[in-house]
Amino acid sequence: MAPPKSSAATTKTATPAPAEAPKAAVNALESLWKAYYETTSSRLKLIDAFLVFLMVSGIIQFVYCVLVTNFPFNAFLAGFGSCVGQFVLTASLRSQVNPDNRNEFKDISPERAFADFALGSIVLHFFVYNFLG
Amino acid sequence: MATKAYTLPSNISPETVANTSSLLRIVALALISAAAISSRLFAVVNFESIIHEFDPWFNYRATRLLASKGFYAFWNWFDPTAWYPLGRVVGGTVYPGLMATSGVIYNILHALHLPVDIRNICVLLAPGFSAFTAWSTYMFTKEMKDESAGLLAAAFIGIVPGYISRSVAGSYDNEAIAIFLLMFTFFCWIKALKTGSALFGTVAALFYFYMVAAWGGYAFITNMIPLHALTLMIMGRFSSRLYVAYTSWYAIGTLASMQVPFVGFQPIRTSEHMAALGVFGLLQIVAFAELVRSHVSSKQFRTLLYASVIGMGIVGALAIVGLTYKGWIAPWTGRFYSLWDTGYAKKYIPIIASVSEHQPTAWPSFFMDLHFLVFLFPAGVVMCFTKLRDEHIFVILYSVVASYFAGVMVRLMLTLTPVVCVAAAIAFSSLLDTYIDPSEPAPTAAEAIEDDSASQDVTKKVKKAAPPPPMGFMEFLSTLSGNTSRPRGIFGLNSRLVVLLNALGMLVFFVVHCTWVTANAYSSPSVVLASHNPDGSQHIIDDFREAYYWLRQNTPKDAVVMSWWDYGYQIAGMADRPTLVDNNTWNNTHIATVGKAMSSTEEVAYPILRKHDVDYVLVIFGGLLGYSGDDINKFLWMVRIAQGVWPDEIQEPNYFTKQGEYRIDDRASDTMKNSLMYKMSYYRFNELFGGQPAMDRVRGQQVPKAGPTLDYLDEAFTSENWIVRIYQVRKDDLLGRDLKVANAFEQGKKRKKTKPPVRRKALV
Repeated sequence: MAPPKSSAATTKTATPAPAEAPKAAVNALESLWKAYYETTSSRLKLIDAFLVFLMVSGIIQFVYCVLVTNFPFNAFLAGFGSCVGQFVLTASLRSQVNPDNRNEFKDISPERAFADFALGSIVLHFFVYNFLG
Repeated sequence: MATKAYTLPSNISPETVANTSSLLRIVALALISAAAISSRLFAVVNFESIIHEFDPWFNYRATRLLASKGFYAFWNWFDPTAWYPLGRVVGGTVYPGLMATSGVIYNILHALHLPVDIRNICVLLAPGFSAFTAWSTYMFTKEMKDESAGLLAAAFIGIVPGYISRSVAGSYDNEAIAIFLLMFTFFCWIKALKTGSALFGTVAALFYFYMVAAWGGYAFITNMIPLHALTLMIMGRFSSRLYVAYTSWYAIGTLASMQVPFVGFQPIRTSEHMAALGVFGLLQIVAFAELVRSHVSSKQFRTLLYASVIGMGIVGALAIVGLTYKGWIAPWTGRFYSLWDTGYAKKYIPIIASVSEHQPTAWPSFFMDLHFLVFLFPAGVVMCFTKLRDEHIFVILYSVVASYFAGVMVRLMLTLTPVVCVAAAIAFSSLLDTYIDPSEPAPTAAEAIEDDSASQDVTKKVKKAAPPPPMGFMEFLSTLSGNTSRPRGIFGLNSRLVVLLNALGMLVFFVVHCTWVTANAYSSPSVVLASHNPDGSQHIIDDFREAYYWLRQNTPKDAVVMSWWDYGYQIAGMADRPTLVDNNTWNNTHIATVGKAMSSTEEVAYPILRKHDVDYVLVIFGGLLGYSGDDINKFLWMVRIAQGVWPDEIQEPNYFTKQGEYRIDDRASDTMKNSLMYKMSYYRFNELFGGQPAMDRVRGQQVPKAGPTLDYLDEAFTSENWIVRIYQVRKDDLLGRDLKVANAFEQGKKRKKTKPPVRRKALV
């Protein structure tokens, strides 16, 4: 579901690949983690950490909604929506400042990307606040 | 050196050319806006500054409340006079965007000490926004091709009848601002997709929010953008730009759309919105997979990834289906089904089918509404195929989807019109570009290659003013014929002139057609009718306002008026009286009750009327004047809707003659003749003709010699041309007799002794 490799990738490989030996999958995961750890700049890692936090927070809210109560449904939606919205905005920021994507985002500098991110977050949280009730 | 058909002045600096062309663009856009606004003013010039038709009357009434009492009063407005005795929570059952817009404009003008009447703001809102629509269409088309195509598209949408039909002055309906919002949201989406900017995604979400607040047709955007994103993904065109644009639009836009009370939790609870959610989830998965792929290049891992992406997509789709099945997500509504199965509404929801604008579109109306754009439109779509950038795919999808919907429902012609204008502008400007371009093909291929570089330079320098020569169409033609070796192009000046004059002629005819259609077909307020005197001068028929004014002046403020639902908003707006049903057709049973009262006999209808506190019954009758939109012509829908609720008491076949004809003359069936609607329409109609056979001019049939009699209703008012007839419901007889008996007694008829007096059973 999301760029943070550590948690998401493990949940993912559980579904397919019954034929392949589990060892190969573990190997692949290890190499993936290594490649990520070595090639990603620390800035992007910071963003990834934030993304993981947002995802965990969203999951907790969702589980709470399913298991305990969804009573102020708009409040749940606002909270969950703020996690999802902030997540995608941050993920957008990540892909915009990622030097690998330079040729895709020709007219968006990292500074511009951050301004977009800030504006999007302000608008998002304006609606979140309005929806909390 | 390649030959030229004509020479351009070469001593102008590129800066001058650029400045001049941008100035010309601004001037052209201003002129287009002026043309768009002024061609919508026919309604005001021919009639007066008045709110048109039916729904706008409600919007106007709500706006008046908003302007006078403030936004919170409007937001919390409970209207006890509508849907008597139920009432209507207006604040929660309305798209407030239109009223809020007028309210804001009203307050701004008053803050500037411009005491403009709220009615004039409402009347002129649609023309004003048409100028914005022209501008946003320009911006949209500019992204597709270039500025010159954009200007053409703006000019087209400014005067095309398909859009004017919903936005003349006085047509104060949601569509008035919605088309602007539609085009601007699409423009922001394309811009966001092209640049990969979260800013434009956010702006698209904001305008999407405005659109949700303004018009129920927002679902078109909700499904169009995901469809585009999905198509791009399937075509293997996934990019980080797509991810940024779509997710920022969806995350903010969905949360924002839930702020509108009328929409509420629908964006996560109904099937109409699930496509957007599904594509959102799919994009997350694909984006994640792409990211992982960029870090690992092992082949085995890739296959694993693809398998997991497909697997998760299937799991997600199954989850949505499962949730629908368990009732967490509401299945598609009837309105939605009626888009796919055109017979669906007639069978299951007659109330939707009864609305004339929900009928399938007739072929001539395509030409009437779009004129020559209708055959340029496919050419433009084909040109989109030749380039096929991401944004062209959007136009292609939009045109396919909108063409289908426009064929299903007349009113959805409105959503087709913008894309027709865009595609036609692309085609038309390609034609102009090709034929205005002065460069001629070299006589032989060999020579052309020789001189290629030199000529290229010169042409570039010389004709900066003209847009760059897009040879898309020519390339397309040449690939079609499979022959590219021979030089292709246009030789000489005369061949150019022939084509250009032809094109110009089409434009002129288009303008003439648009003006004519606007002036004659789409500018009638339908509250005020116009006819022509024998000498050609205009004669105004003002029966509606006459009757509503009569109601306002001569009846108590709480007198309940029953009419067919079409006239509910007008009665509330102009007569200010409570109504049983109105154009907000939310309660089918209530409407069916009115339909039953109208279509049954007096004896059956009277208890219904009394139970609903009805004081007056209003019918529209066009028989004298030949006004075809009257209640007798709508009568079968009343019967059908009533039959849907009371199939035992009301049966449609009873209202036809034995031959299955719908008649009102001597041969009409007894059920028809005894129905309340028939009686109210033709009551005392014979007397008008003084012994001559009475002729119904709409149906072209003779009314029976012995006119209907009424026992439970009194004629209260009939307008000048008999279009509106109002009847007062009699109160119970003072002596407790049945009204029929009392009537007979007053007319001096002797009661038959053999029969005991008919005592009405439980009455009220």
